[in-house]
Amino acid sequence: MPTAPRSGRYSVFAIAREALRQHQGWNRAWANPQPRDRYQVVIVGAGGHGLATAYYLGKNFGITDVAVIEKGWLGGGNTGRNTTIIRSNYLQDPSAAIYDKALKLYENLSQELNYNVMFSPRGVIMLAQTEHEVRGYKRTVYANNLQGVSTEWIDPQRVKELVPIINLDGPRYPVLGGLLQARGGTARHDAVAWGYARACSDMGMHIIQNCEVTGVETEGGQVRAVNTSKGRIGCEKLAMVVAGHSSQLAEMAGFRLPIESVALQALVSEPIKPCMDVVVMANTVHGYLSQSDKGEMVIGGGTDGFNNYTQRGSWHHVEETVRALVETFPMISRLKMLRQWGGIVDMTGDRSPILSTTPVGNVFVNCGWGTGGFKAIPGSGWAMAELVANGQPGALAADFGLNRFREGRFIDESVAAGVAH
Amino acid sequence: MLALTCPCCGITAEETEFHPGGEAHLKRVGPEGADDEFEAYLFARKNPKGAHIERWRHSYGCGKWFHVARDTATLRVFGAYTTQSYGPPEDIVNAIRQSYPDWTFDRNAAE
Repeated sequence: MPTAPRSGRYSVFAIAREALRQHQGWNRAWANPQPRDRYQVVIVGAGGHGLATAYYLGKNFGITDVAVIEKGWLGGGNTGRNTTIIRSNYLQDPSAAIYDKALKLYENLSQELNYNVMFSPRGVIMLAQTEHEVRGYKRTVYANNLQGVSTEWIDPQRVKELVPIINLDGPRYPVLGGLLQARGGTARHDAVAWGYARACSDMGMHIIQNCEVTGVETEGGQVRAVNTSKGRIGCEKLAMVVAGHSSQLAEMAGFRLPIESVALQALVSEPIKPCMDVVVMANTVHGYLSQSDKGEMVIGGGTDGFNNYTQRGSWHHVEETVRALVETFPMISRLKMLRQWGGIVDMTGDRSPILSTTPVGNVFVNCGWGTGGFKAIPGSGWAMAELVANGQPGALAADFGLNRFREGRFIDESVAAGVAH
Repeated sequence: MLALTCPCCGITAEETEFHPGGEAHLKRVGPEGADDEFEAYLFARKNPKGAHIERWRHSYGCGKWFHVARDTATLRVFGAYTTQSYGPPEDIVNAIRQSYPDWTFDRNAAE
Protein backbone atom coordinates (compact mmCIF):
# COMPACT_ATOMS: atom_id res chain seq x y z
CA MET A 1 0.00 0.00 0.00
CA PRO A 2 1.38 3.46 -0.89
CA THR A 3 2.39 5.55 2.10
CA ALA A 4 0.32 8.55 1.03
CA PRO A 5 -3.18 7.58 -0.13
CA ARG A 6 -4.82 10.00 -2.53
CA SER A 7 -7.58 10.42 0.02
CA GLY A 8 -4.93 11.56 2.54
CA ARG A 9 -3.66 9.50 5.42
CA TYR A 10 -6.16 9.37 8.29
CA SER A 11 -4.68 10.29 11.68
CA VAL A 12 -5.32 12.38 14.73
CA PHE A 13 -3.21 15.12 13.09
CA ALA A 14 -5.40 15.03 9.97
CA ILE A 15 -8.48 15.49 12.16
CA ALA A 16 -6.85 18.42 13.96
CA ARG A 17 -5.75 20.00 10.66
CA GLU A 18 -9.20 19.65 9.14
CA ALA A 19 -10.87 20.93 12.28
CA LEU A 20 -8.95 24.19 11.76
CA ARG A 21 -10.15 24.56 8.16
CA GLN A 22 -13.73 23.48 8.60
CA HIS A 23 -13.20 20.02 7.12
CA GLN A 24 -12.70 21.36 3.59
CA GLY A 25 -9.71 19.15 2.86
CA TRP A 26 -11.11 15.61 2.97
CA ASN A 27 -10.89 13.89 -0.39
CA ARG A 28 -13.06 11.08 -1.69
CA ALA A 29 -12.00 7.76 -0.20
CA TRP A 30 -12.01 6.00 -3.58
CA ALA A 31 -12.13 7.07 -7.22
CA ASN A 32 -15.20 6.55 -9.38
CA PRO A 33 -13.71 5.72 -12.81
CA GLN A 34 -15.25 4.66 -16.11
CA PRO A 35 -14.20 1.15 -17.07
CA ARG A 36 -11.28 0.59 -19.45
CA ASP A 37 -11.83 -1.97 -22.18
CA ARG A 38 -9.45 -4.49 -20.63
CA TYR A 39 -8.02 -5.57 -17.27
CA GLN A 40 -5.81 -8.43 -16.17
CA VAL A 41 -8.32 -9.49 -13.52
CA VAL A 42 -12.02 -8.64 -13.33
CA ILE A 43 -13.74 -9.33 -10.03
CA VAL A 44 -17.54 -9.34 -10.09
CA GLY A 45 -19.03 -8.18 -6.81
CA ALA A 46 -17.82 -5.21 -4.75
CA GLY A 47 -18.84 -6.59 -1.39
CA GLY A 48 -16.40 -7.43 1.36
CA HIS A 49 -15.21 -10.68 -0.22
CA GLY A 50 -14.69 -9.19 -3.69
CA LEU A 51 -12.87 -6.11 -2.42
CA ALA A 52 -10.71 -8.18 -0.06
CA THR A 53 -9.81 -10.44 -2.99
CA ALA A 54 -8.72 -7.38 -4.98
CA TYR A 55 -6.78 -5.97 -2.03
CA TYR A 56 -4.74 -9.14 -1.40
CA LEU A 57 -4.15 -9.60 -5.15
CA GLY A 58 -2.42 -6.24 -5.05
CA LYS A 59 -0.74 -6.58 -1.69
CA ASN A 60 0.42 -10.22 -1.81
CA PHE A 61 0.91 -10.73 -5.55
CA GLY A 62 1.52 -7.25 -6.98
CA ILE A 63 -1.42 -7.57 -9.38
CA THR A 64 -3.04 -4.15 -9.58
CA ASP A 65 -4.51 -4.20 -13.10
CA VAL A 66 -7.82 -5.12 -11.50
CA ALA A 67 -11.41 -3.97 -11.85
CA VAL A 68 -14.06 -4.73 -9.23
CA ILE A 69 -17.47 -4.34 -10.85
CA GLU A 70 -20.70 -4.12 -8.92
CA LYS A 71 -24.29 -4.03 -10.16
CA GLY A 72 -25.50 -1.97 -7.22
CA TRP A 73 -23.43 0.07 -4.84
CA LEU A 74 -20.30 -0.82 -2.94
CA GLY A 75 -21.05 -3.04 0.05
CA GLY A 76 -24.79 -2.83 -0.59
CA GLY A 77 -25.46 -6.57 -0.60
CA ASN A 78 -24.88 -8.92 2.28
CA THR A 79 -21.87 -6.89 3.49
CA GLY A 80 -24.36 -4.22 4.55
CA ARG A 81 -27.00 -6.67 5.77
CA ASN A 82 -25.32 -8.96 8.27
CA THR A 83 -25.12 -8.87 12.07
CA THR A 84 -21.33 -8.17 12.02
CA ILE A 85 -20.35 -11.13 14.22
CA ILE A 86 -16.76 -12.39 13.93
CA ARG A 87 -15.64 -15.75 15.35
CA SER A 88 -13.62 -18.77 14.27
CA ASN A 89 -14.84 -21.57 16.57
CA TYR A 90 -15.69 -24.06 13.83
CA LEU A 91 -15.57 -27.82 14.20
CA GLN A 92 -13.82 -28.96 11.03
CA ASP A 93 -10.12 -28.23 10.48
CA PRO A 94 -10.38 -26.52 7.05
CA SER A 95 -13.10 -24.19 8.40
CA ALA A 96 -11.17 -23.32 11.54
CA ALA A 97 -8.10 -22.57 9.41
CA ILE A 98 -9.76 -20.09 7.04
CA TYR A 99 -12.01 -18.44 9.64
CA ASP A 100 -9.13 -18.07 12.09
CA LYS A 101 -6.97 -16.57 9.34
CA ALA A 102 -9.78 -14.06 8.88
CA LEU A 103 -10.00 -13.33 12.58
CA LYS A 104 -6.24 -12.75 12.81
CA LEU A 105 -6.38 -10.37 9.85
CA TYR A 106 -9.35 -8.54 11.42
CA GLU A 107 -7.27 -7.95 14.55
CA ASN A 108 -4.89 -5.66 12.65
CA LEU A 109 -7.15 -4.55 9.83
CA SER A 110 -7.71 -0.97 11.00
CA GLN A 111 -3.96 -0.34 11.18
CA GLU A 112 -3.27 -2.13 7.92
CA LEU A 113 -5.93 -0.25 5.94
CA ASN A 114 -5.52 3.05 7.84
CA TYR A 115 -9.28 2.88 8.14
CA ASN A 116 -11.15 2.27 11.39
CA VAL A 117 -13.17 -0.91 10.92
CA MET A 118 -14.07 -0.72 14.63
CA PHE A 119 -13.12 -4.32 15.31
CA SER A 120 -14.28 -5.03 18.83
CA PRO A 121 -13.05 -8.35 20.28
CA ARG A 122 -15.73 -8.36 22.94
CA GLY A 123 -16.13 -12.13 23.04
CA VAL A 124 -18.72 -14.44 21.53
CA ILE A 125 -20.74 -16.90 23.62
CA MET A 126 -22.68 -19.71 21.99
CA LEU A 127 -25.27 -20.82 24.52
CA ALA A 128 -25.89 -24.48 25.18
CA GLN A 129 -29.57 -24.91 26.05
CA THR A 130 -30.00 -28.64 25.53
CA GLU A 131 -27.91 -31.66 26.53
CA HIS A 132 -27.08 -32.21 22.87
CA GLU A 133 -25.69 -28.73 22.57
CA VAL A 134 -23.58 -29.21 25.74
CA ARG A 135 -21.97 -32.28 24.18
CA GLY A 136 -21.65 -30.64 20.77
CA TYR A 137 -19.96 -27.49 22.06
CA LYS A 138 -17.59 -29.43 24.35
CA ARG A 139 -16.58 -31.40 21.27
CA THR A 140 -16.00 -28.12 19.41
CA VAL A 141 -13.87 -26.79 22.28
CA TYR A 142 -11.68 -29.91 22.18
CA ALA A 143 -11.40 -29.65 18.38
CA ASN A 144 -10.56 -25.94 18.60
CA ASN A 145 -7.81 -26.57 21.13
CA LEU A 146 -6.26 -29.12 18.78
CA GLN A 147 -6.55 -26.60 15.93
CA GLY A 148 -4.84 -23.89 17.97
CA VAL A 149 -8.04 -21.81 18.12
CA SER A 150 -8.53 -20.72 21.70
CA THR A 151 -12.06 -21.34 22.95
CA GLU A 152 -13.34 -22.51 26.30
CA TRP A 153 -16.37 -24.16 27.84
CA ILE A 154 -17.95 -21.99 30.55
CA ASP A 155 -20.56 -22.92 33.14
CA PRO A 156 -23.90 -21.13 33.62
CA GLN A 157 -22.61 -18.94 36.45
CA ARG A 158 -19.80 -17.64 34.24
CA VAL A 159 -22.36 -16.96 31.48
CA LYS A 160 -24.40 -14.95 33.99
CA GLU A 161 -21.32 -12.95 35.03
CA LEU A 162 -20.56 -12.08 31.42
CA VAL A 163 -24.21 -11.47 30.47
CA PRO A 164 -26.08 -10.07 33.48
CA ILE A 165 -29.30 -9.58 31.48
CA ILE A 166 -29.63 -13.30 30.73
CA ASN A 167 -32.23 -15.56 32.32
CA LEU A 168 -30.57 -18.89 33.11
CA ASP A 169 -33.72 -20.73 34.20
CA GLY A 170 -35.81 -20.66 31.07
CA PRO A 171 -38.85 -22.93 31.34
CA ARG A 172 -38.14 -24.51 27.97
CA TYR A 173 -34.48 -23.80 27.34
CA PRO A 174 -32.41 -23.35 30.51
CA VAL A 175 -28.85 -22.13 29.98
CA LEU A 176 -26.59 -25.13 30.64
CA GLY A 177 -23.32 -23.43 29.76
CA GLY A 178 -21.66 -21.93 26.77
CA LEU A 179 -18.82 -21.97 24.32
CA LEU A 180 -16.81 -18.77 24.74
CA GLN A 181 -14.41 -17.43 22.18
CA ALA A 182 -12.92 -14.40 23.89
CA ARG A 183 -11.12 -13.24 20.73
CA GLY A 184 -14.37 -13.09 18.75
CA GLY A 185 -16.52 -10.00 18.50
CA THR A 186 -17.92 -7.56 15.99
CA ALA A 187 -16.73 -4.98 13.46
CA ARG A 188 -18.35 -2.13 11.58
CA HIS A 189 -19.52 -3.94 8.43
CA ASP A 190 -19.65 -0.96 6.05
CA ALA A 191 -16.22 0.20 7.17
CA VAL A 192 -14.72 -3.16 6.20
CA ALA A 193 -15.95 -2.70 2.62
CA TRP A 194 -15.03 1.01 2.57
CA GLY A 195 -11.57 0.43 4.00
CA TYR A 196 -10.73 -2.26 1.46
CA ALA A 197 -12.20 -0.13 -1.35
CA ARG A 198 -10.05 2.86 -0.38
CA ALA A 199 -6.91 0.71 -0.23
CA CYS A 200 -7.71 -0.89 -3.62
CA SER A 201 -8.35 2.50 -5.21
CA ASP A 202 -5.03 3.75 -3.83
CA MET A 203 -3.28 0.85 -5.56
CA GLY A 204 -4.79 2.04 -8.87
CA MET A 205 -7.53 -0.56 -9.10
CA HIS A 206 -10.89 0.42 -10.59
CA ILE A 207 -14.07 0.04 -8.56
CA ILE A 208 -16.98 0.38 -10.94
CA GLN A 209 -20.43 0.65 -9.39
CA ASN A 210 -23.84 0.48 -11.09
CA CYS A 211 -22.33 -1.90 -13.62
CA GLU A 212 -24.31 -5.12 -14.05
CA VAL A 213 -22.85 -8.15 -15.77
CA THR A 214 -25.11 -9.35 -18.59
CA GLY A 215 -22.95 -12.07 -20.08
CA VAL A 216 -19.66 -13.91 -19.91
CA GLU A 217 -17.72 -14.27 -23.16
CA THR A 218 -15.63 -17.43 -23.57
CA GLU A 219 -13.46 -18.79 -26.36
CA GLY A 220 -12.01 -22.28 -26.48
CA GLY A 221 -13.09 -22.92 -22.90
CA GLN A 222 -11.30 -19.80 -21.62
CA VAL A 223 -12.85 -16.57 -20.42
CA ARG A 224 -12.29 -13.58 -22.71
CA ALA A 225 -14.53 -10.82 -21.39
CA VAL A 226 -17.63 -9.89 -19.47
CA ASN A 227 -20.44 -7.94 -21.08
CA THR A 228 -21.87 -5.33 -18.75
CA SER A 229 -24.35 -2.49 -18.67
CA LYS A 230 -21.28 -0.24 -19.20
CA GLY A 231 -20.01 -2.20 -22.19
CA ARG A 232 -17.65 -5.09 -22.88
CA ILE A 233 -14.75 -5.46 -20.46
CA GLY A 234 -11.96 -7.81 -21.51
CA CYS A 235 -10.10 -9.86 -18.92
CA GLU A 236 -7.48 -12.57 -18.57
CA LYS A 237 -9.02 -13.86 -15.38
CA LEU A 238 -12.49 -13.58 -13.92
CA ALA A 239 -13.40 -13.95 -10.25
CA MET A 240 -17.07 -14.38 -9.34
CA VAL A 241 -17.73 -13.19 -5.81
CA VAL A 242 -21.45 -12.46 -5.82
CA ALA A 243 -22.98 -14.55 -2.99
CA GLY A 244 -26.73 -14.91 -3.57
CA HIS A 245 -26.53 -14.37 -7.33
CA SER A 246 -23.69 -16.85 -7.95
CA SER A 247 -26.02 -19.25 -9.77
CA GLN A 248 -27.04 -16.57 -12.30
CA LEU A 249 -23.45 -15.58 -13.02
CA ALA A 250 -22.34 -19.21 -13.32
CA GLU A 251 -25.17 -19.84 -15.76
CA MET A 252 -23.88 -16.97 -17.93
CA ALA A 253 -20.51 -18.73 -18.00
CA GLY A 254 -22.16 -22.05 -18.78
CA PHE A 255 -21.84 -24.10 -15.60
CA ARG A 256 -23.94 -24.90 -12.57
CA LEU A 257 -23.16 -24.50 -8.87
CA PRO A 258 -24.47 -26.58 -5.95
CA ILE A 259 -26.03 -23.45 -4.47
CA GLU A 260 -29.54 -22.44 -3.45
CA SER A 261 -30.39 -18.84 -2.63
CA VAL A 262 -32.62 -18.07 0.33
CA ALA A 263 -33.48 -14.99 2.38
CA LEU A 264 -31.91 -14.51 5.81
CA GLN A 265 -33.31 -11.83 8.11
CA ALA A 266 -32.05 -9.55 10.82
CA LEU A 267 -33.53 -6.71 12.84
CA VAL A 268 -32.44 -4.01 15.28
CA SER A 269 -34.18 -2.43 18.24
CA GLU A 270 -34.31 1.18 19.27
CA PRO A 271 -31.05 2.30 20.92
CA ILE A 272 -30.79 1.73 24.66
CA LYS A 273 -28.06 2.26 27.25
CA PRO A 274 -25.17 -0.24 27.31
CA CYS A 275 -26.43 -3.52 28.77
CA MET A 276 -24.48 -6.32 27.09
CA ASP A 277 -20.84 -6.18 26.05
CA VAL A 278 -20.51 -9.64 24.52
CA VAL A 279 -22.16 -11.34 21.54
CA VAL A 280 -24.59 -14.09 22.50
CA MET A 281 -25.75 -16.74 20.05
CA ALA A 282 -28.61 -19.01 21.04
CA ASN A 283 -28.72 -21.60 18.31
CA THR A 284 -31.42 -23.82 19.75
CA VAL A 285 -33.90 -20.97 19.64
CA HIS A 286 -32.57 -19.61 16.31
CA GLY A 287 -31.51 -16.20 17.47
CA TYR A 288 -28.42 -14.18 18.23
CA LEU A 289 -27.99 -10.89 19.94
CA SER A 290 -25.39 -8.16 20.34
CA GLN A 291 -25.45 -4.47 21.17
CA SER A 292 -24.12 -2.04 18.61
CA ASP A 293 -22.05 1.01 19.48
CA LYS A 294 -25.17 3.10 18.88
CA GLY A 295 -26.97 1.07 21.54
CA GLU A 296 -29.29 -0.87 19.26
CA MET A 297 -29.80 -4.53 20.05
CA VAL A 298 -28.84 -6.32 16.81
CA ILE A 299 -30.80 -9.54 16.34
CA GLY A 300 -30.16 -12.20 13.74
CA GLY A 301 -32.98 -14.49 12.75
CA GLY A 302 -33.60 -17.54 10.63
CA THR A 303 -33.62 -18.34 6.94
CA ASP A 304 -36.64 -19.18 4.84
CA GLY A 305 -36.95 -22.78 3.74
CA PHE A 306 -37.59 -21.90 0.12
CA ASN A 307 -35.63 -20.19 -2.67
CA ASN A 308 -36.07 -16.46 -2.73
CA TYR A 309 -34.32 -13.43 -4.26
CA THR A 310 -36.47 -10.64 -2.81
CA GLN A 311 -34.17 -9.49 0.06
CA ARG A 312 -37.00 -9.80 2.53
CA GLY A 313 -37.93 -12.85 4.51
CA SER A 314 -41.12 -14.29 5.88
CA TRP A 315 -42.62 -12.44 8.78
CA HIS A 316 -43.11 -15.44 11.03
CA HIS A 317 -39.32 -15.90 11.35
CA VAL A 318 -39.10 -12.51 13.07
CA GLU A 319 -41.84 -13.54 15.47
CA GLU A 320 -40.21 -16.89 16.24
CA THR A 321 -36.80 -15.33 16.81
CA VAL A 322 -38.01 -12.53 19.05
CA ARG A 323 -40.35 -14.81 21.00
CA ALA A 324 -37.47 -17.15 21.79
CA LEU A 325 -35.05 -14.37 22.69
CA VAL A 326 -37.54 -12.75 25.06
CA GLU A 327 -37.52 -15.98 27.04
CA THR A 328 -33.72 -15.89 27.42
CA PHE A 329 -33.45 -12.09 27.70
CA PRO A 330 -36.67 -10.97 29.47
CA MET A 331 -35.64 -7.28 29.55
CA ILE A 332 -35.93 -6.93 25.78
CA SER A 333 -39.67 -7.63 25.92
CA ARG A 334 -40.48 -3.88 26.03
CA LEU A 335 -38.09 -2.89 23.25
CA LYS A 336 -39.45 -1.43 20.06
CA MET A 337 -37.89 -2.83 16.91
CA LEU A 338 -36.64 -0.15 14.53
CA ARG A 339 -35.73 -1.90 11.32
CA GLN A 340 -35.92 -5.33 9.73
CA TRP A 341 -34.20 -6.43 6.53
CA GLY A 342 -33.20 -9.48 4.55
CA GLY A 343 -30.23 -10.58 2.48
CA ILE A 344 -29.96 -13.34 -0.10
CA VAL A 345 -27.56 -15.99 1.13
CA ASP A 346 -26.00 -18.74 -0.97
CA MET A 347 -26.40 -22.10 0.73
CA THR A 348 -24.35 -25.19 -0.09
CA GLY A 349 -25.20 -28.75 0.91
CA ASP A 350 -22.55 -28.96 3.63
CA ARG A 351 -22.92 -25.32 4.74
CA SER A 352 -19.28 -24.62 3.84
CA PRO A 353 -18.08 -22.16 1.20
CA ILE A 354 -16.78 -22.81 -2.29
CA LEU A 355 -13.43 -21.34 -3.37
CA SER A 356 -12.67 -23.08 -6.58
CA THR A 357 -11.55 -23.28 -10.14
CA THR A 358 -14.46 -23.89 -12.51
CA PRO A 359 -15.18 -25.78 -15.74
CA VAL A 360 -14.33 -22.55 -17.61
CA GLY A 361 -10.63 -21.71 -17.82
CA ASN A 362 -9.44 -18.75 -15.77
CA VAL A 363 -12.84 -18.35 -14.12
CA PHE A 364 -12.72 -18.67 -10.35
CA VAL A 365 -15.61 -18.73 -7.95
CA ASN A 366 -15.90 -17.67 -4.31
CA CYS A 367 -19.39 -18.29 -2.95
CA GLY A 368 -21.44 -20.47 -0.65
CA TRP A 369 -20.62 -18.56 2.54
CA GLY A 370 -24.29 -18.89 3.35
CA THR A 371 -25.39 -17.25 6.57
CA GLY A 372 -21.90 -16.51 7.91
CA GLY A 373 -19.72 -14.78 5.37
CA PHE A 374 -18.95 -11.47 7.06
CA LYS A 375 -16.60 -12.98 9.64
CA ALA A 376 -14.60 -14.62 6.85
CA ILE A 377 -14.01 -11.58 4.62
CA PRO A 378 -10.23 -11.06 5.12
CA GLY A 379 -9.40 -14.79 5.09
CA SER A 380 -11.66 -15.38 2.11
CA GLY A 381 -10.03 -12.55 0.18
CA TRP A 382 -6.56 -13.79 1.13
CA ALA A 383 -7.29 -17.35 -0.07
CA MET A 384 -9.16 -16.19 -3.17
CA ALA A 385 -6.31 -13.88 -4.22
CA GLU A 386 -3.96 -16.85 -3.99
CA LEU A 387 -6.33 -18.93 -6.11
CA VAL A 388 -6.73 -16.24 -8.78
CA ALA A 389 -3.04 -15.30 -8.92
CA ASN A 390 -1.68 -18.86 -9.09
CA GLY A 391 -4.57 -20.47 -10.94
CA GLN A 392 -4.80 -23.12 -8.23
CA PRO A 393 -5.78 -23.03 -4.58
CA GLY A 394 -3.29 -22.63 -1.76
CA ALA A 395 -3.50 -24.44 1.56
CA LEU A 396 -6.39 -22.34 2.90
CA ALA A 397 -8.70 -22.90 -0.09
CA ALA A 398 -7.59 -26.42 -1.07
CA ASP A 399 -10.41 -28.28 0.69
CA PHE A 400 -13.15 -25.88 -0.48
CA GLY A 401 -13.13 -26.87 -4.17
CA LEU A 402 -16.23 -27.73 -6.18
CA ASN A 403 -15.02 -31.31 -6.63
CA ARG A 404 -15.62 -32.08 -2.95
CA PHE A 405 -19.31 -32.68 -3.69
CA ARG A 406 -18.54 -35.16 -6.44
CA GLU A 407 -15.96 -36.91 -4.29
CA GLY A 408 -17.95 -36.88 -1.07
CA ARG A 409 -15.35 -34.89 0.91
CA PHE A 410 -17.79 -32.61 2.69
CA ILE A 411 -16.70 -30.03 5.20
CA ASP A 412 -19.80 -30.61 7.21
CA GLU A 413 -20.61 -27.65 9.41
CA SER A 414 -24.39 -28.01 9.19
CA VAL A 415 -24.56 -30.53 12.01
CA ALA A 416 -21.64 -29.01 13.89
CA ALA A 417 -23.02 -25.53 14.38
CA GLY A 418 -26.79 -25.98 14.52
CA VAL A 419 -28.36 -22.95 12.93
CA ALA A 420 -25.74 -20.24 12.83
CA HIS A 421 -22.72 -20.54 10.59
CA MET B 1 -45.71 -14.25 3.76
CA LEU B 2 -46.80 -16.63 1.04
CA ALA B 3 -50.40 -17.76 0.71
CA LEU B 4 -50.71 -21.16 -0.95
CA THR B 5 -53.73 -23.17 -2.02
CA CYS B 6 -53.41 -26.91 -1.49
CA PRO B 7 -54.56 -28.71 -4.65
CA CYS B 8 -55.39 -31.80 -2.61
CA CYS B 9 -57.85 -30.39 -0.06
CA GLY B 10 -58.50 -27.00 -1.65
CA ILE B 11 -57.68 -24.95 1.44
CA THR B 12 -55.86 -21.61 1.07
CA ALA B 13 -53.59 -20.83 3.98
CA GLU B 14 -50.47 -18.91 4.95
CA GLU B 15 -47.07 -20.51 4.56
CA THR B 16 -46.79 -21.40 8.26
CA GLU B 17 -49.35 -24.15 7.60
CA PHE B 18 -47.10 -25.65 4.92
CA HIS B 19 -43.58 -26.99 4.80
CA PRO B 20 -41.25 -26.32 1.85
CA GLY B 21 -39.61 -29.37 0.29
CA GLY B 22 -37.21 -28.03 -2.34
CA GLU B 23 -36.99 -28.51 -6.08
CA ALA B 24 -39.69 -30.70 -7.62
CA HIS B 25 -39.58 -33.34 -10.35
CA LEU B 26 -36.09 -34.59 -9.57
CA LYS B 27 -35.12 -37.63 -11.56
CA ARG B 28 -33.73 -40.26 -9.24
CA VAL B 29 -30.37 -41.74 -10.13
CA GLY B 30 -29.62 -45.28 -9.03
CA PRO B 31 -26.46 -47.35 -8.72
CA GLU B 32 -26.18 -47.63 -12.50
CA GLY B 33 -25.93 -43.84 -12.87
CA ALA B 34 -22.73 -42.13 -13.95
CA ASP B 35 -20.80 -39.96 -11.49
CA ASP B 36 -21.95 -36.79 -13.25
CA GLU B 37 -25.60 -37.80 -13.00
CA PHE B 38 -25.29 -38.79 -9.39
CA GLU B 39 -23.57 -35.54 -8.42
CA ALA B 40 -26.23 -33.55 -10.27
CA TYR B 41 -29.03 -35.50 -8.60
CA LEU B 42 -27.63 -34.95 -5.13
CA PHE B 43 -26.35 -31.38 -5.28
CA ALA B 44 -27.05 -29.42 -8.46
CA ARG B 45 -30.40 -27.95 -7.49
CA LYS B 46 -31.95 -25.45 -9.86
CA ASN B 47 -31.67 -21.98 -8.40
CA PRO B 48 -33.49 -19.76 -10.90
CA LYS B 49 -34.25 -16.10 -10.35
CA GLY B 50 -37.73 -16.41 -11.79
CA ALA B 51 -40.12 -19.32 -12.25
CA HIS B 52 -39.34 -22.29 -10.01
CA ILE B 53 -41.23 -25.55 -9.49
CA GLU B 54 -40.98 -26.89 -5.97
CA ARG B 55 -42.49 -29.38 -3.57
CA TRP B 56 -44.54 -28.29 -0.57
CA ARG B 57 -46.34 -30.30 2.08
CA HIS B 58 -49.61 -29.29 3.68
CA SER B 59 -48.12 -30.32 7.02
CA TYR B 60 -50.70 -28.69 9.33
CA GLY B 61 -53.61 -29.61 7.04
CA CYS B 62 -54.31 -32.65 4.94
CA GLY B 63 -50.66 -33.74 5.13
CA LYS B 64 -50.30 -34.26 1.39
CA TRP B 65 -47.29 -33.29 -0.74
CA PHE B 66 -48.00 -31.15 -3.79
CA HIS B 67 -46.20 -28.97 -6.34
CA VAL B 68 -46.09 -25.17 -6.52
CA ALA B 69 -44.94 -22.97 -9.40
CA ARG B 70 -43.56 -19.80 -7.85
CA ASP B 71 -41.56 -16.75 -8.94
CA THR B 72 -38.45 -16.50 -6.75
CA ALA B 73 -37.85 -12.91 -7.88
CA THR B 74 -41.27 -11.59 -6.79
CA LEU B 75 -42.78 -14.31 -4.52
CA ARG B 76 -45.77 -14.49 -6.90
CA VAL B 77 -47.41 -17.93 -6.93
CA PHE B 78 -48.33 -19.09 -10.45
CA GLY B 79 -50.31 -22.09 -9.24
CA ALA B 80 -50.25 -25.44 -7.49
CA TYR B 81 -50.88 -28.98 -8.74
CA THR B 82 -50.81 -32.50 -7.39
CA THR B 83 -47.80 -34.82 -7.41
CA GLN B 84 -49.47 -37.25 -9.85
CA SER B 85 -47.75 -35.46 -12.71
CA TYR B 86 -44.41 -35.30 -14.56
CA GLY B 87 -44.62 -31.56 -14.95
CA PRO B 88 -46.78 -28.46 -14.57
CA PRO B 89 -50.19 -28.47 -16.32
CA GLU B 90 -50.80 -26.20 -19.27
CA ASP B 91 -52.66 -23.47 -17.39
CA ILE B 92 -49.71 -23.02 -15.02
CA VAL B 93 -47.19 -23.03 -17.90
CA ASN B 94 -49.29 -20.32 -19.55
CA ALA B 95 -49.38 -18.29 -16.34
CA ILE B 96 -45.58 -18.51 -16.10
CA ARG B 97 -45.17 -17.49 -19.75
CA GLN B 98 -47.10 -14.29 -19.14
CA SER B 99 -44.13 -13.26 -16.98
CA TYR B 100 -41.39 -15.25 -18.74
CA PRO B 101 -42.38 -15.78 -22.42
CA ASP B 102 -39.42 -18.09 -23.15
CA TRP B 103 -39.92 -20.33 -20.15
CA THR B 104 -39.93 -24.07 -20.77
CA PHE B 105 -40.13 -26.92 -18.32
CA ASP B 106 -37.04 -29.16 -18.35
CA ARG B 107 -38.84 -32.45 -18.90
CA ASN B 108 -35.71 -34.50 -19.46
CA ALA B 109 -34.87 -34.23 -15.83
CA ALA B 110 -38.33 -35.34 -14.80
CA GLU B 111 -39.24 -38.48 -16.71
